[in-house]
Amino acid sequence: MKYRPPTGRKVINGVVSLGASISAVTGLVFLVWITWEVLYRGLTALNWDFFTHLPTPPGVPGGGMANALVGTLVLTGAATVASVPLGLLAGIYLAEFAEDSRLGDLSRFSANVLMGLPSIIVGVFAYSLVVLPLGNFCGYAGVVALAVIMLPVITRTTEDMLRLVPNTLREAALALGAPRWRVTLAVVFRAAKSGLLTGVLLAVARVSGETAPLLFTALNSPYWFHSLADPTPNLTVTIFHYAMSPYPDWQSKAWGASFLITFGVLWITIATRVMLRERKG
Amino acid sequence: MDTSSAALLAPPYREQAAPPPKIRVLNLNFFYGRQQALFHNRLDIPARRVTAIIGPSGCGKSTHIRIYNRIFELYPDQRAEGQVLLDGVNILDPGFDLMELRRRVGMIFQKPTPFPMSIFDNVAYGLRTHYRLSRSEIADRVEEALKKAALWEEVKDFLKKPGTSLSGGQQQRLCIARSIVVEPEVLLMDEPCSAIDPVATAKIEELILELKEKYTIVIVTHNMQQAARISDQTAYFYQGRILKSGPTPEIFEEFSLLEEVPTPKRLAALLALTEETEAPRVS
Repeated sequence: MKYRPPTGRKVINGVVSLGASISAVTGLVFLVWITWEVLYRGLTALNWDFFTHLPTPPGVPGGGMANALVGTLVLTGAATVASVPLGLLAGIYLAEFAEDSRLGDLSRFSANVLMGLPSIIVGVFAYSLVVLPLGNFCGYAGVVALAVIMLPVITRTTEDMLRLVPNTLREAALALGAPRWRVTLAVVFRAAKSGLLTGVLLAVARVSGETAPLLFTALNSPYWFHSLADPTPNLTVTIFHYAMSPYPDWQSKAWGASFLITFGVLWITIATRVMLRERKG
Repeated sequence: MDTSSAALLAPPYREQAAPPPKIRVLNLNFFYGRQQALFHNRLDIPARRVTAIIGPSGCGKSTHIRIYNRIFELYPDQRAEGQVLLDGVNILDPGFDLMELRRRVGMIFQKPTPFPMSIFDNVAYGLRTHYRLSRSEIADRVEEALKKAALWEEVKDFLKKPGTSLSGGQQQRLCIARSIVVEPEVLLMDEPCSAIDPVATAKIEELILELKEKYTIVIVTHNMQQAARISDQTAYFYQGRILKSGPTPEIFEEFSLLEEVPTPKRLAALLALTEETEAPRVS
């Protein structure tokens, strides 16, 4: 047997670890940079008025984004209400009833495709589905767009979480003579509870930062939110407009809104992590 | 006349005689997809007795009793052929009501499987599934079942705590309470003690001996001593076939199960014999 000196392997090992470390640090640098920038510029833009007042025209000092804040909450809330029951039911179907069915495979595949769909396309879809027939931009269209984006996320996480529930638990419940639907709702669902909640929160986090699907649908509005039948104020489109404007005051407000969204999503993500950890423990 | 022949002639054998079979298995075959796992099983399970199912790992013991409540049907590629008569009615008949079957034939699994709910709700779950009862009746029956399962004294003050907070042995007794609360006739136990400690095992064995007054019990076990201690009948499985079944002392004597593990050679010979006897029935 011919001896193979370790030097070559050691060098390769060093190069690969160095490369991997550099890549990891690069990723981290950008994350910290963005977070710092948003934190620094956003926090300085925030004040009490930001949360309580309507926006002012350029040049007029003061004003806030209270309307957009409310609008975003309403849009996201309504989209959640619309997509959660559908997504949960679809997930149940995929995990519990469609193990080997064509329809199941088809639904799973389309959910996967839907998840990778650029959100602007979903926006155009909602535009042609709701805005064109109704003749004006409205909150409902925004809700439809956001719900369509959330649906596959919830469906897939629901399926994955239900599949994590061991079959022994299903067998035990079925062995008591319970019908399948009761086993699913009372036992399997309960066992997967925190995972399901995680899925919903991740979907919420995913859409709360979406701008593109709202551009064609809910649009925006400088007034208080009063009905989903009208253009609905929201943070992301407001950021879009304000950030592109030439007024320093507006730009600063865009930073404030960015801060709110970024840390809202960050908070949701951390909350889901904590919940998942508790589930494991 | 010496004492031993007197014992043979004395009447008590009448009391020892097995009651009519609660379950009668006739020419039962079982398939995992294309692979056959059980071959021509024939077995009588006497009522209100403990029947132990023993044999080496992978010989089809669990597979066999998982047919009795048709739990295998959860998996679409598994299939049973033949007859399993419960009080004379074939439960493998597709028309046999599955929920009713599973109420009458309860099952305890290898690993305790408490549901993610309170101790009380764990027991009440099956009750609420099968019976329409008032709150107080449910509470009474839950208490009764927990007492029968010898768990009441340990949990009566924590009925609201989650079932998963109990120890392994307690969880297994909780599962037994959960099964007997719906008043089954048969209890299937699939290695119920393999995942719990010796003290808890002793408790469960004691419990099994009490439960056989009322229920027909079929227990799969790897533990020969356990089978000898608690069972009246024993069925010896090997490679998907029942080599021998009969009163426990006889089977244990024939195979000297408490002293040695039967050699593969002997098992192979017995297997050949079993195949031979069943051969005419196959065609």
